[in-house]
Amino acid sequence: MYRHRPGSTIRTQLRPRTLVKRALPWVVPILLLVGWQWASSAGILPSRFLPAPRAVLRSFFELSASGELWLHVRVSTMRALAGFAVGGGLGLLLGLFTGSLHWAETLLDTTIQMVRNIPPLALIPLVILWFGIDESAKLFLVALGVFFPVYVNTFHGIRSVDRGLLEMGRTYGLSGWPLYREIILPGALPSILVGVRFSLGLMWVILIVAETISARSGIGYMTMNAREFMQTDVMVVGILLYAILGKLADLLAKGLERYWLRWNPAYQAAR
Amino acid sequence: MTLPITCNSKEIVAEKKRCSRGVSVGIKSVSIAFGGRTVLENFDIEIAAGEFVAIVGRSGCGKSTLLRSVVGLETPQSGTIALGEVAGSKGKPDVRVMFQDSRLLPWRRILPNVMLGLEPALIPQARKVLAQVGLAERANDWPATLSGGQRQRVALARALVHDPNLLLLDEPLGSLDALTRIEMQQLIKDVWRSRGFTAMLVTHDVAEAVSLADRVILIEGGRVALDELVNIPRPRTRGSARFAALEERILGRVLQRRALVEEQWQTISGRTEGRW
Repeated sequence: MYRHRPGSTIRTQLRPRTLVKRALPWVVPILLLVGWQWASSAGILPSRFLPAPRAVLRSFFELSASGELWLHVRVSTMRALAGFAVGGGLGLLLGLFTGSLHWAETLLDTTIQMVRNIPPLALIPLVILWFGIDESAKLFLVALGVFFPVYVNTFHGIRSVDRGLLEMGRTYGLSGWPLYREIILPGALPSILVGVRFSLGLMWVILIVAETISARSGIGYMTMNAREFMQTDVMVVGILLYAILGKLADLLAKGLERYWLRWNPAYQAAR
Repeated sequence: MTLPITCNSKEIVAEKKRCSRGVSVGIKSVSIAFGGRTVLENFDIEIAAGEFVAIVGRSGCGKSTLLRSVVGLETPQSGTIALGEVAGSKGKPDVRVMFQDSRLLPWRRILPNVMLGLEPALIPQARKVLAQVGLAERANDWPATLSGGQRQRVALARALVHDPNLLLLDEPLGSLDALTRIEMQQLIKDVWRSRGFTAMLVTHDVAEAVSLADRVILIEGGRVALDELVNIPRPRTRGSARFAALEERILGRVLQRRALVEEQWQTISGRTEGRW
């Protein structure tokens, strides 16, 4: 090996190592899948309890071919995004407001912190009473759930902007909106994005519960409906869909972080 | 890059017109206290337009507070700080600060950092100043990719692009390595000579003060303890006898108290040695 030129030595050593590194995260899921299929085929796992992966795959293709699957996915995604837009938007605005103005904090923060400690799902009975089992009920629950992580992190982000940079900005004659645009908002952005990422996860959790309790469409409805007919394969398809959608939302948040925080070396290396 | 203008305090009267960028600074009986602890007490200094003044002293003597109060980041409890008029203009004098840390905006690339608070029309000027500090080719990089010395040069460019009448330097070279520091001192010297602004440099490095300034002021106990003109012709060489003598004298004055303590310590330790 030492007879090789240094460059080629490094390349031959590096390639298998990166390959192993790429493959490593998938070893456990694939082993689990293989074990699951084996247990089903051997009859250890009755399909009434958990269907075989092949049955789940078949049911996935059947549902997507009939278009039923995409209808439910579309409905659930629209609900999630609408709730996120309303709740996240309000959280961002209020967080900026209370973070920037001391009197606004004194006026509103205590109330918000009190309401924050109520789990949104505890409101389901009241929400059904107020909105029925309409779209607005799900929208309300999701919006309420995502509001708080965005609010708290925005508030914290504004408050933890580097004092030194603010001071520097003032000596350069910045105040009002220019100071906000150049220093306060970008300084708070890492923290705001943490809130966004957290609330994207919460968004699906709340939607799942809301949809399984009361809905006429959506992934949660599909799963609950399958339970009535003991279609375990459809139920597993629904559960896996949530996992995939959750992962997609997380990837989106990571993408935003990598683009908006590209100035920060800590996010350039992050995968 | 450098114009043959020097603004030493002796020549200042004769050269006043040529040194028109600078403004005078008058600090009269200024007192500043933080939480009951007096930092500056009845503090007076007069700085002529275009003069380069270095302020030295031990940590916590109030030298940074003095600088911060000139730019309005601290408000004195009493006394006045007045800036002179800018020759040939009625506007307010332009004061810029260079801090110990560069305080570049990490989310802006180098050129936008230099452009902070400026109209987009001034981009060519910002590029020119960036070239002056030797970083023209880094205009599109993020601050995180620059070394500490390079960041301070960007901070200097950001101050210079405003063509300030008064430049306040708050230990700007304190965190740099020795070689970079000497390079930066030369750069500051050059831009000061070519532009003729008034400069106030806070430093704990007496050699730096003697090398750069027309006048060295020592603050001790919230007052001026020493106000020394540096009568060494420029360019100054650090090795020269006059340089060394002056540095030694100021340093000796700064360390006076320390020397007393050490003397006492030596007698104590000498005694214990004898006992063991």
